[in-house]
Amino acid sequence: MASTATVAAPHPAAVPATETGIWSWITTVDHKRIGILYGVTSIFFFLVGGLEALLIRTQLIRPENKFLSADVFNQMFTMHALTMIFLALMPLTAAFFNYMVPLQIGARDVAFPRLNALSYWIYLFGGIYLLASSILKIAPNVGWYAYAPLTERPYNPGPNVDFYVLGLQIVGLSSIIASLNFIITIINLRAPGMRLMRMPLFTWMVLITNVLIVTALAVFTIAVTQLMFDRMFGTAFFDPARGSDPLIWQHIFWMFGHPEVYILIIPIFGIISEIIPTFSRKPLFGYNVMVFASILIGWLGWGVWSHHMFTVGLGPIADSFFALSTMLIAIPTGIKIFNWIGTMWGGAIRFTTAMLFAISFIAMFTVGGISGVMHSAAPADLQQNDTYFIVAHIHYVFFGGTVLGLFAGTYYWFPKVTGRLMSEKLGWAHFALTMVGMNLAFFPMHFLGLFGMPRRVFTYEYGLGFEGMNLLSTLGAYLIGVGTIVFVVNLVLSARRGALAGPNPWGAATLEWSIPSPPPVYNFREIPVVRSRMPLWEGDPARDGGIPHGRVEEETEQVTIAGTKIGEIHDPEEGENKMSTHDHGIHLPPPSYWPIVTAFGILLVFGALIFRNAEGALYNLWYLSLMGVGIVVVGIYSWAFEPGH
Amino acid sequence: MKSRSHSVGPVPPAPAPPGRKTAAWTLRALPVAAVLLAACGEDHQKTYPRSMYTPRSQFARDVLELQNLTTYLGIAVGILVFVLLALIMVRFRYRPGNPEPEQIHGNTRLELVWTLIPAVILAVIAVPTVKLIFETQQEAPANALKIDVIGYQWWWEYRYPVNGGRDTVVTANEIHVPVGTPVQLRMTTKDVIHAFWIPQMGGKRDLIPNKTNTILFTPEEPGIYLGHCTEFCGDSHALMRMRLIAHTPEGYREWLENEAKPAVEPTDSSLAIGKRLVTQSACAGCHMIRGTPMVGRTGPDLTHLAQRYTIAGGILENNAHNLTEWLRNPPEIKPGAKMPNLNLKEEEIRFIVAYLQSLQ
Repeated sequence: MASTATVAAPHPAAVPATETGIWSWITTVDHKRIGILYGVTSIFFFLVGGLEALLIRTQLIRPENKFLSADVFNQMFTMHALTMIFLALMPLTAAFFNYMVPLQIGARDVAFPRLNALSYWIYLFGGIYLLASSILKIAPNVGWYAYAPLTERPYNPGPNVDFYVLGLQIVGLSSIIASLNFIITIINLRAPGMRLMRMPLFTWMVLITNVLIVTALAVFTIAVTQLMFDRMFGTAFFDPARGSDPLIWQHIFWMFGHPEVYILIIPIFGIISEIIPTFSRKPLFGYNVMVFASILIGWLGWGVWSHHMFTVGLGPIADSFFALSTMLIAIPTGIKIFNWIGTMWGGAIRFTTAMLFAISFIAMFTVGGISGVMHSAAPADLQQNDTYFIVAHIHYVFFGGTVLGLFAGTYYWFPKVTGRLMSEKLGWAHFALTMVGMNLAFFPMHFLGLFGMPRRVFTYEYGLGFEGMNLLSTLGAYLIGVGTIVFVVNLVLSARRGALAGPNPWGAATLEWSIPSPPPVYNFREIPVVRSRMPLWEGDPARDGGIPHGRVEEETEQVTIAGTKIGEIHDPEEGENKMSTHDHGIHLPPPSYWPIVTAFGILLVFGALIFRNAEGALYNLWYLSLMGVGIVVVGIYSWAFEPGH
Repeated sequence: MKSRSHSVGPVPPAPAPPGRKTAAWTLRALPVAAVLLAACGEDHQKTYPRSMYTPRSQFARDVLELQNLTTYLGIAVGILVFVLLALIMVRFRYRPGNPEPEQIHGNTRLELVWTLIPAVILAVIAVPTVKLIFETQQEAPANALKIDVIGYQWWWEYRYPVNGGRDTVVTANEIHVPVGTPVQLRMTTKDVIHAFWIPQMGGKRDLIPNKTNTILFTPEEPGIYLGHCTEFCGDSHALMRMRLIAHTPEGYREWLENEAKPAVEPTDSSLAIGKRLVTQSACAGCHMIRGTPMVGRTGPDLTHLAQRYTIAGGILENNAHNLTEWLRNPPEIKPGAKMPNLNLKEEEIRFIVAYLQSLQ
């Protein structure tokens, strides 16, 4: 842009103005807007996934229920997992990555802003594509793990599994693009002075998570592509009838599937590690150990995949190896739990909604971790495998872990994104309903499994003692549903009418709290120079005046305190190497519509292949796929030569 | 579907054999009640008949012992974390006027402690785990009874070697074994992956195409044990159930002798009509009744159908009413069932049911 060359004084005229209107959202390359798009879209899919869960629980409310047919039930439990994992929880963590990482590292945007937009639009289109299959009742019906040979065409002639292979390739592409972007952003765009070991713990966890995403989803994409070739082009990668070993699918799937669990939980470790120090008024206990423990968890996560396969008969040596490697993961995980407890110990804890969810996360995730260690004892897992005990375990990890953590993060960072605080009253109601609901829904599942109820069953018989616990579990699920409605109401109301937050309502320590809420489009007027891990706390005389007290509604006074802090960071006598608007002006990339065009092309490339197998040649629309290739080529070419970038 | 749930009622989990005539091996002769009374957790088993907490083999007991160890240690760790959290929430809550907390960044000694203690706890679990992994995957002893198990969507086939392995006795869904003899199941599948699981006999194993998996256990007490397929295998996975029937050695021998015989001949003309209908209709394409021209291999062997407690993959009690319902429209009772609706006339169904019920 021309403005890059101009020498401008740091007054508003020199900085890009915010645009409004739908077109501005479609063409945006601003990481904050893309973060909001990710957030809103993934909360929508979270509601869809929740609705699917409620349908499942309603069918299981009593034995021999006829609420859903077997086929629809099998689609629903598959789509519940796919929706929650790929369309709700991963993108919701991505929303936080998008919005917060550049702010936490003192950057103006991510490394590749248009690529960021591209990954969002691919995700949106892929999500709608998968959702459409659900609405048409031809959704994937083989479980999210899609074991061969049930996925092969002889056992699944319909389009269900085609939606799985095509939809997940689209969504997976989005994740891989986004994660490369984040890795490069974190490595390259940190503000001067922010060494790796000065990064906020959340940013660290984002880095680890995205390394896992690039590697794990690459593995998964290969498996899904092979399955696509099996189903559409007559190969036999996983077809035992033609001599293949269907166990290969299980190995490849879980090589992705287990790191995927850490992809969903490590970002939460980061969120919790921001919230707990803030509301305890104490720095994180054992920062270095927390970083290395997470790296270790991510690394060990690659060596445990066959603990999902203790029943397939791999032999005692393999079983022992995977049992022991799984137990090892409990050690770094335990360290994290106790370090969070150590952080709170001796602190001055304020029970905001964010903090309540964070503390509950520790408790509930511990429950999930304990049942996880129980499965690692391989012979015991021979009994537990594929029963409701496992369903209980994964929900304590994913709901008690990931979802509670995401709720905590939402309450914590909502004021930064919107400039307004979420209602604490509704927050407490949401918290209470969620906690009672989740324990009612998921705790009885432990016993259902131990007493003999297999998972993924659309019905169960009378007389096995399952009636009462299933009823409780369904009621718990309804309570979670009510809680989630309260949450959404809170989001909508607070975004319009919440109390003004000011830049740093919680008195937090990291860089994102040094700028106004919501942040201006350019984030930092001047790129800050970082001298410590907690730039807004350390060496800060304002803190001696006392802790920001009382209920959050009263804390808008923090504005001035944080204002002083900004001044300190940018004190010209201290920051000699800082980049400033005095020297360069602020260069932000102009909006672009090529990301959405390219994403649409990618949707066509994969999406149109679904018609290939519909009955009759009439629906043979493969040329749509070729058209998609054309759009992608044009899109990328125009993208590369777009002026202003 | 409706008529099944309303007029038939649910299948009782462990029903008495319905009107069986070969009395000698009959389970009614077994002191089932006495056996259950003697066992631990009698109430537990009554309430939760498929629970893994009432093991009836050494395998199941060893597994339960290991699971209990992990449970107790897990509960201890859980209580520690919960108590610490509660303590912190009470003791360190912010009160106006408190001094700023001391800014501690860590404590190497403490962090070492909570690295080492979990490591010790895990070692306590790891040693018996590895030991049991090897113990439960041993070679079968020479005297073991070897039964082939084959999974289908959505039923089980069991094949017993008889006459020194020259002949095979084939039955479906209900697996019969003697107590006191090690039983080795050699399992594979003809279609997708299934998993064999009788909780009271021990852990489960998957049935995988092109692969034979084994599981070894020794039933200890006569009785009926419930099981379920535990690998999702398509539409009617939820309806793929099975039973293990443990006999006294004599009872088992008598059962096997009876099973080895060809099907009984019709004793009256209406049964003869039923036989003709079965053997000359579409049934013969899939089912086998030894001693008749029916040699189909894709459906369950019906030679001694009347000996079974259940039909349709263990979901319906074996009686005239349920057989009739099943023959009217199998896929309605079991979604996706490979047995199509044969559009049989009511009259034909009556004759067929009578014949099938005579196949003792």
